[in-house]
Amino acid sequence: MGDFEALTRTTVETIWRIEAPRLIGGLVRFVRDVDRAEDLAQEALLVALERWPDTGIPENPGAWLMTTAKRRAIDDARRRRMMDGKHAEIERSSTRWATFDENALDDVVGDDVLRLMLTACHPVLAKEARVALTLKLVAGLSTAEIARACLTSESTIAQRIVRAKRTLSEAHVPFEVPTGIDLHNRVVPVLEAVYLVFNEGYAATAGDDWMRPALCDEAMRLGRLLVGLVPDEAEAHGLIALMELQASRTRARVGADGEPVLLFEQDRRKWDRLLITRGLAALDRASSLARPFGAYTLQAAIAACHARARTPDDTDWPRIVALYDGLAEVTGSPVVELNRAVAVSMAYGPAQALALVDELAEEPALRDYHLLPAVRADLLIKLDRRHEAKGELERAAALTENTRERALLLARAAACG
Amino acid sequence: MKVMVIVKATKNSEAGIMPGEKLLTDMGAFNEDLVKAGIMLAGDGLHPSVKGKRIRFASGKRTVIDGPFAETKELIAGYWIWQVRSMDEAVEWARRCPDPMPGEEAELELRPVFEAEDFGAEYTPELRARDEQLRAEVERQQKK
Repeated sequence: MGDFEALTRTTVETIWRIEAPRLIGGLVRFVRDVDRAEDLAQEALLVALERWPDTGIPENPGAWLMTTAKRRAIDDARRRRMMDGKHAEIERSSTRWATFDENALDDVVGDDVLRLMLTACHPVLAKEARVALTLKLVAGLSTAEIARACLTSESTIAQRIVRAKRTLSEAHVPFEVPTGIDLHNRVVPVLEAVYLVFNEGYAATAGDDWMRPALCDEAMRLGRLLVGLVPDEAEAHGLIALMELQASRTRARVGADGEPVLLFEQDRRKWDRLLITRGLAALDRASSLARPFGAYTLQAAIAACHARARTPDDTDWPRIVALYDGLAEVTGSPVVELNRAVAVSMAYGPAQALALVDELAEEPALRDYHLLPAVRADLLIKLDRRHEAKGELERAAALTENTRERALLLARAAACG
Repeated sequence: MKVMVIVKATKNSEAGIMPGEKLLTDMGAFNEDLVKAGIMLAGDGLHPSVKGKRIRFASGKRTVIDGPFAETKELIAGYWIWQVRSMDEAVEWARRCPDPMPGEEAELELRPVFEAEDFGAEYTPELRARDEQLRAEVERQQKK
């Protein structure tokens, strides 16, 4: 009854979004083409928008949408058969549709969604294409929403998606779900895309459109979805732990005037305890599945050290240093080494850390990296070598491209006397 | 956004009558759907109010009151915390919930959880100053 009255465009679209990944995933299995599958799902949405206001929401809206899309595909195939007479092939595909067993649907739903995620993040695609396709096909966001969230134009995103779909079809990407190590290798780019989505949202600032911070929620949702589909992948648990632990600080990260608040100045009572509890539980699952830890699990474990500390002074810095040791080994990244040096300074004092930073200064990858002189300056100040610190801060200011940061660095340099 | 979904109590739930096997199965499947969709953050069922307590604050006095409590319809029997995109989405998921109290009239209530931006203007500099004072005090005590 209420359904008849309250049935608005928003309601129908909300339902469609909930069903979209399963719907598109299921259709991909049959039409073997991402673009076609998405079109069919969209067409089913249009039919629903037209019919549901009269009929009410069907008992099982997902199955209704699937049946509607399926009929469209059959009609289409018939039409095409009449037009170009490719008898044999169409004959085969209609038979496939005709024997389509709706009861069998439930068993493969998980596979369908996983296949869709793996396809959207296929290695043949560029990273930004994977992000756009995942948000479109799996999260069910519109092109306009993705554009707003990624701070770019709608036409850029639309083109990116069109090109990505073309690449997939030209590469004849098989839609099978691989197993074992092959599955693991294909999950890696999915994790990467999900974390890119999360960071895009996490980097949002106060004046931004609300769609940007909403990306953090979308990413956590995608991460949880993935964990359900590949529960044995330690790094999937590690990633969701990392995202939940980072997101737990959202409320404390921004001051009343929109200014960023650094970790040690944050009011820890504003941290979201529910997300911390969930993040720590996910970290436990990740830890129980893999030794040695992967990069996401290690980062989550570092975030957990902060989450567990009631005050900054309670932070277990020796443990953080040990975790950074592991992370440096896994990633081989000099930036990670620099972070490790900061942790060393907190755990064992600035002198020891300075020796590490001086070694890193030889690293070509860090030659123009402004945080290296900035970190070095912090350590020099702690060692009361202010004159040297001043020079380092000025060097950092010259290297950064961020005007606000440059102003801050120069002000600190001036304060060194 | 986060939404708290409250399952209202009924005569049977207050009488401690446990859900039948069918409801347990259906509810289990629904919870699994919520988890798979990535929206379930937390959820629990509650004992009847006979095991509950209330603290009443009135004219500066605190009184502990033992359950059970009257006005069954105002009581709650369980809750979820969901992470959803909108109230519309929460409503759509709630509509899919199996009837939580078969044979009785039941109700789910959906309430959005306060987010940081909801506090905005209420969080005045004075309140903040008090907060900071409190924090300093807590830290002082912890260092002891």
